[in-house]
Formats: sequence, structure tokens, C-alpha cells
Amino acid sequence: MMTCAHPLCSSIVRKGVVGVTGALLILFVLGHMAGNLLIFLPPEAINGYAEFLHEAGHGALIWLARAGLILLFVIHLGVTIALKYENKKARPIGYAAHDPQVSGWASRHMLLTGIVVLLFVIYHIMHFTLGLTDSSTGWRTLVEGPSRPHYVDVHSMVVHGFRDPYIASFYILCQVVLGLHLWHGGSSLFQSLGINRGPWRAFTAWVGPVVAVVVVAGNCSIPLAIQAGCIPARIDLISAKAAIEAEKGPKPPMPVPGASDINKAVPGH
Amino acid sequence: MKLHLKVWRQAGPQDAGRFENHTVEGVTPDMSFLEMLDVLNDKLLAQGKPPIAFDHDCREGICGSCSMMINGRAHGPTRGTTCQTYMRNFTDGQTVVIEPWRARAFPVMCDLVVDRSAFDRIQQAGGYVSVNTGGAPDGNCLPVPKDNSEKAMDAAQCIGCGACVAACKNASAMLFVAAKVSHLGLLPQGQPERSRRVLAMVAKMDEEGFGNCTNQYECEAVCPKAISADFIARMNRDQIGSTLIPAE
Ligand code: HEM
Ligand code: SF4
Ligand code: FES
Repeated sequence: MMTCAHPLCSSIVRKGVVGVTGALLILFVLGHMAGNLLIFLPPEAINGYAEFLHEAGHGALIWLARAGLILLFVIHLGVTIALKYENKKARPIGYAAHDPQVSGWASRHMLLTGIVVLLFVIYHIMHFTLGLTDSSTGWRTLVEGPSRPHYVDVHSMVVHGFRDPYIASFYILCQVVLGLHLWHGGSSLFQSLGINRGPWRAFTAWVGPVVAVVVVAGNCSIPLAIQAGCIPARIDLISAKAAIEAEKGPKPPMPVPGASDINKAVPGH
Repeated sequence: MKLHLKVWRQAGPQDAGRFENHTVEGVTPDMSFLEMLDVLNDKLLAQGKPPIAFDHDCREGICGSCSMMINGRAHGPTRGTTCQTYMRNFTDGQTVVIEPWRARAFPVMCDLVVDRSAFDRIQQAGGYVSVNTGGAPDGNCLPVPKDNSEKAMDAAQCIGCGACVAACKNASAMLFVAAKVSHLGLLPQGQPERSRRVLAMVAKMDEEGFGNCTNQYECEAVCPKAISADFIARMNRDQIGSTLIPAE
């Protein structure tokens, strides 16, 4: 089945690669969640954090992190898809009756939940990182003005983004799917990497579910709190826009031909 | 007791195969599943029809040949081989679906009989100790820690039945190979070839076309000898370690 006979290409080592990349992605997801939760502090907290991420190492850090994450995703994805393809080939004819005894739904749908996570990540980047999908996110560098041109008002962006009930529900749904992926993955990696021994498997069996619940609860708390109106926006979108307009100076009045004559023409005015 | 069987029939490796329906009457609770099939086969023979082919040898749960999927479970509703599965676990009038092990590496030869020689080839790739042991040594001249000997004996229980492959969604042979790698790898005699053994047996396992493990432990749940999936973690350690730090 395998064309490469080197031990590095063996099923077990490739599964180990999925485990290592998965573990690193879990660390990223946990770190990202911790950063997200700063939204519950005064706006300066998350905005300062975002500024730090963008400025650290003269802006090099964030690109290094992004490159690393993309690499992790590509390896994780590429290897799992190759393994999955081989698994499909390993049983060309399935059973008419199949009665799994111990495996849960999450463990049997890792590719599905993984693909949903991938699509979500793409949407999420388009939404908040690039600001392409939502009109409320296109004004990220607002208000602080020319003195701090890189200042990103993440707080207002998130609050306004999640005021849309459709966007908020979509994020919540995707977090649940990510949670299902981690439910199995967060425990499975300890077996793949050969860390389980003796009583350890009973313990590591809890790591996935705990990570999943923490990630889902932590990340979903944000759209839920915003929908419930618990996090006030740092600045109000309407007045902010007005402020910008004001900063730009008064608009030249639109030349409306004969406008002054209209009023005069209406009787009683 | 009367049972309705839906049995896989396949004349030979090239035949497409299909399900066939049979009703078996006069089944008693103390019959084994194989004896129930014997009753049906007697009837088929009397009618001049070909009997249902299935593998069996010891009929006491030690040879591992009586492979078949019964209502979606390897070896049927109880943990144990098919020959040790008794009809008291079925109900009168029940429909029972009987299929061969399904795996690319276990081609169907006839009806429920599959070719499990892929397991033999994995064993031949490294499942041995190639030292000249001479005559029988003194009982205690080679000390083996109690823990290790217990674990090695647990692994050595594997009878090569293939239920682990059959139950796995990926038709992975990891539990079988892990048992074979570990029962030698845990003993002092198995140490010199430990690294070479795991690399060779895993390479053979991959080459034979078994799937990759996704850690769902369906194998462990159906193994008639209760081989623990901890041996899979152990083999993963051995394989990753031997790949990163080659011993020879
Ligand atoms: C935030 C992103 C992700 C994280 C944190 C993550 C985490 C994990 C972890 C920890 C594992 C278990 C590894 C092991 O058992 O050794 C895993 C397995 C897997 N992941 Fe992901 N993953 C992510 C994204 C994806 C994506 C985008 C896909 C897309 C196809 C994917 C597909 C899979 C598959 C198919 C498996 C193998 C499942 C199995 O063993 O049954 N993952 N993932
Ligand atoms: S590990 Fe268990 S299920 Fe697999 S071949 Fe050995 S005895 Fe059979
Ligand atoms: S016939 Fe030997 S184990 Fe069932």
C-alpha cells in the first residue's frame, strides 16, 4: 500500500506527525482562546494585546507565527488525508451490518469535523483578519488617527461583528464542531505518540473532552455575551463614523438645483 | 428456537458474492454458533446444495480460525471466538447477518473463509528471536522482572484470529502486530532484535495493505484474548524511537 518503505513513511510515524501537529495546533487554539477572553476586560486590554502581536519583533513575530501555523495546517491536513485515503482502500467492501462497540461519533468523523474547521478558519480570517466579509469590520484602524496609524480597534470590531445574530450563531456552531474534533484528537494524540502506558490511557482519555469543553465554552462565551448585550462597544459605530466625517471636515454641500426655490414654493412655509 | 440467517455466499475469490437467506429450525440454547451452522449445513447437504464454508479447527477458543462477522460484531455478541459463542445469546425468530472479515489484506476465499496469511508474512518479517539458545537453560539463570513476564504473557495470548482487523473501521492490524512485537520485545531474549523487529513487522503490515490506526479501540473491545491497546502505544513508542534513533 505504501510506496515509500522508509520507516519515516510508515503508518505509525506518519500518525505521530498528525499527533505532533495536532498537539501544536491545540496549544495555538488554547492560546488564541486566552487572548480572545481579554474582550471581557476593558477595551485597552485586547487592543493592547493585538497591538503587541502586530508590533512584536518589528512586525516579524506575527508573520513567523502565521507561517508556522500555515505549515502546521498543511502538514496536519496532508498527512491525515493520505492516511484516510489508505484506510478507505484497506476495506474495499464494507459490512452490511456494522455495530461499533466503543468508538464515539467524534472519533468516527474526524475528517468531516476537520474539514469544517478548515473552512471556518478560512472564513474567520476573511472576517476578522482581512475584514472582507462584514461591513462593521472594515473600519478597524479608526479614530486613533494619524498619531498611531497601526492601532487596531479589535474590541469594537469584535463587539460589532458579534452583534449580528447570524454571525454569532455561525461562530458558535463552528466552535462546537472544533470541539468534536478535539474531543477525540486531544486524547488520541497520546496514543499515537506512544505516551500512554499502564494507567495513563484512562487519564489521557479525559484530556480531549476537557480541552474540547474548555475551548467551546471559552470561545462561545464571547458571541453569547455580546448577543446578551453584556459587552458594551468601546465606540458606537454610528457616532464613530460621524466623528470621522467631522475630522475630514464638512462635506461640500451638494448642489441641488433650485433647492431654495422648493421651500418657497410650498404654501404655508 | 428458530433463526433467520442472512449469510454471505461467494463461490471463490473472483466471484462477486451475495447474501443468501436461510431459516434454521431446532436450534437449542446450548449449541455453539458453529454447531448451529453445522445443523444448517447438514440440511443443505441433504438437499444437494453446497454447504456454507467457514473456517474452524479447535472449537475450543484457542486456534483463532473461526472468523466471521455476526450482526456487525466480530465473533458475535459475546467476547470470545465464534466457536465459544452460544445460541442462548440469540432470541427465537431473530435475524442474524453473517459476513466474512472485510479487509483488502484478507481476501475472501469462499463464503465466510478469508485468507489470513498476511498475518503469517508479518510474523515471518520479524516475529522471532534468532539466537541459538542451545539446550534448556537453568530455570532462573535469565532473570525476567515479574511485571515484564506478566505483560509478555498477556501479549502472547494473541491467537491471530483477525477480529481486531475485522472490527476496525480502517481494517488496521495494529493490535495483532503490537501483540506480536511486544511479547518478544518485553523479554530479555527479544532485546537484541527489538528495533529491527518492530521496523520490519510494521513495514510488512503497511505493505500488506492494512489500514492505519485511528485510536478508537474497537479492536480491543472484540479481541477474544483481551489484548490491551496499551501494546499499540508501546509499539508506537518502539517504532518512533527506532526510526528517530536507529539502533544499528
Ligand atoms: C485548529 C485546528 C486543528 C486542531 C487543533 C487539530 C487537532 C488534531 C489532533 C490533536 C488530532 C489527533 C492526532 C493523533 O491522534 O495523533 C487530529 C487528528 C486529525 N485531524 Fe485535526 N486538528 C485541526 C485541524 C484539522 C483540519 C483542518 C483537518 C482537515 C481535514 C483535520 C483532520 C484530522 C484528521 C483526519 C485526523 C485523524 C483522526 C483520527 O485519527 O481518527 N484536522 N487533529
Ligand atoms: S490481537 Fe486479539 S483480535 Fe487481534 S488477532 Fe490477536 S487475538 Fe485476534
Ligand atoms: S475454532 Fe478454534 S478458536 Fe474457534
